[in-house]
Amino acid sequence: MDEISSLIGGFATVLQPYNLVLMVVGIVLGVIIGVLPGLGGANGVAILLPLTFSMSPTSAIIMLSCIYWGALFGGAITSILFNIPGEPWSVATTFDGYPMAQKGQAAEALTAAFTSSFVGALFAVVLITFLAPLVAQFALRFGPPELFSVMFLAFCSFVGLGRGSPFKTVASMMIGFWLAAIGLDSITGRLRLTFGSYELMRGVDFLVVVIGLFGIGEILLTIEEGLTFKGKNARINPRIVLETWKELPKYWATSLRSAIIGCWLGITPAGATPASFMSYGIAKRMSKDGDAFGTGRIEGVVAPETAAHAAGTSALLPMLTLGIPGSPTAAVLLGGLLIWGLQPGPMLFVEQKEFVWGLIASMYLGNIVGLIVVLAAVPWFAAILRIPFSIIASVILVLCAIGAYTVHNAILDVWFVLLFGVVGYIFKKLDYPLAPMVLAIVLGDRAESSFRQAMLMSQGDLSIFWANGLVASISGLAVVLLFWPLLSRLRLWLTEKRFFVRRRVQEDVAPTDGRTEAGSGKSRAK
Amino acid sequence: MRIAEMIVAAFLIAIGAVVMWDSVRIGAGWASDGPRSGYFPFYVSLLLILSSLVVFVQAAIGNDRRVFVERRQFGPVLSVFIPTTIFVLVIPWIGIYFATALFIAYFMWWIGGYRDWTILPVAVGVPLATFCVFEIWFLVPLPKGPIETMLGY
Repeated sequence: MDEISSLIGGFATVLQPYNLVLMVVGIVLGVIIGVLPGLGGANGVAILLPLTFSMSPTSAIIMLSCIYWGALFGGAITSILFNIPGEPWSVATTFDGYPMAQKGQAAEALTAAFTSSFVGALFAVVLITFLAPLVAQFALRFGPPELFSVMFLAFCSFVGLGRGSPFKTVASMMIGFWLAAIGLDSITGRLRLTFGSYELMRGVDFLVVVIGLFGIGEILLTIEEGLTFKGKNARINPRIVLETWKELPKYWATSLRSAIIGCWLGITPAGATPASFMSYGIAKRMSKDGDAFGTGRIEGVVAPETAAHAAGTSALLPMLTLGIPGSPTAAVLLGGLLIWGLQPGPMLFVEQKEFVWGLIASMYLGNIVGLIVVLAAVPWFAAILRIPFSIIASVILVLCAIGAYTVHNAILDVWFVLLFGVVGYIFKKLDYPLAPMVLAIVLGDRAESSFRQAMLMSQGDLSIFWANGLVASISGLAVVLLFWPLLSRLRLWLTEKRFFVRRRVQEDVAPTDGRTEAGSGKSRAK
Repeated sequence: MRIAEMIVAAFLIAIGAVVMWDSVRIGAGWASDGPRSGYFPFYVSLLLILSSLVVFVQAAIGNDRRVFVERRQFGPVLSVFIPTTIFVLVIPWIGIYFATALFIAYFMWWIGGYRDWTILPVAVGVPLATFCVFEIWFLVPLPKGPIETMLGY
């Protein structure tokens, strides 16, 4: 059991006092980021990334990944207490979480949410521990064609699994590739798309784009909706926690199913948000009293939270093994790896053992610490939302500007943040998905260079992507996913019965009344 | 929505055209040493143009009568966006810390409706805390203006 001994080595790294402190700081910051509307996992990590430039990569990734876990936990607090999803992946938690809070069961709902988050994350971390080394070993055999076909698969799965218009997904993705191409071409050394500007030579940094799209854009949307925070109070005492824990094992089937859905959607880059919706919808259909969902069923909290955390955590598996992030936040972490001077991909498991296993060990410990922190400190975190929005919004806007400036010490980047804020605002209103754009910016250079290397190998013959069994099956799967919207529409046409089943699923997932008006803006394709 | 949808799609087509033009300029074909610099961006722009064309046509045929943004909602958005633009504009002149103080004070006065002394501690405290975190603890320099210079930084 190589993994076990490596993991113990990882724990030794994590348990150094400095790293432990960073872990707790990360979790607390993460929960705050998760609670605040307008600051999410992706842009929260992006803003704080420049602060880690001077740290060792292992310490830096521990802090930043803990911010990510904290944000995953924090989203549930506002969903349940305020009916405002702090993060898009906790929209589905409002469906049953807020009704529970209205019935005076806020503490039970929060305990259930945190515990199932923890279970989902744990499931995913165990999966990563044992699966990631195997995937990495397998991926060592990959050459440029295989690498490109895996990235192609990742991008196609956005088209296939996305909920909106596939054409908008493609457009958004291509904008990402375009932005990634600006600046110096790393292979031939030529300048591209700079139009004579020296400032554009270094390109458009993905951090700047993320901060603009998710930070400023989100603030503008929140202001448009004119949010006022009216919430329930919650104090969790140990008795309620124990009682809820006694009740939770009854829902083991829901948990297991949600964890599996979450891991599946996290590894394919669909992300936590669709995972939580899908898991909620399926739990509702499989449950004996599915009609009671939406009135404050504890299962309705367990299902989306387990799936969201499983997806958010397992999104790191493809990032670590293949260098392909499974979620926007994982994409930002991947960008961090490049900045700290690490080469993402299967070689990480060979060359950077301490880094990889330190990260994996910190996932175990970070989620335990996170569970304790949120259970103990819910009232304080909820109190953050009682700070007037005019203060929170202005501070977040200032943080976005600082975060953008520190990337390259360039004021032009602050202007870009503002520009992408407008883009994010418009794109969200028009249902253009943002995740594919972020992924394309981060992966753009590597996707391009592996594509060009593959083309060099074959002298421009595209059939290299079908040359052997391995690359052909990956490309084949990608093409199937690419045309999935078309195929499923065809299938619906053929069988009318299935048509009704699908309709029911869609209705199950959608909120049945106006309760989530405040949340509907945040749920729009993030 | 229909008009907004069409404008955005048209804009994306225009961007695609610019990218395509630049790719052709630096060479989108095949040189003796392999694909040239414009090779990949050329196909990116092609896909961008094609998919935006579909979105444009779908919007033009469709009849989406929802309003993109109501005037009542757009006012607050502008009252946040315009000061933010001014904030970024003045950073090179007066430094980020002083700009932050003014920005927060404006926000609390104009949007938050504060009319008392609570503005002062927040507007001074936030830039001060930022200064400690960035300049002193993490040694990350931020843009400074004449006021910081006067204080010796």
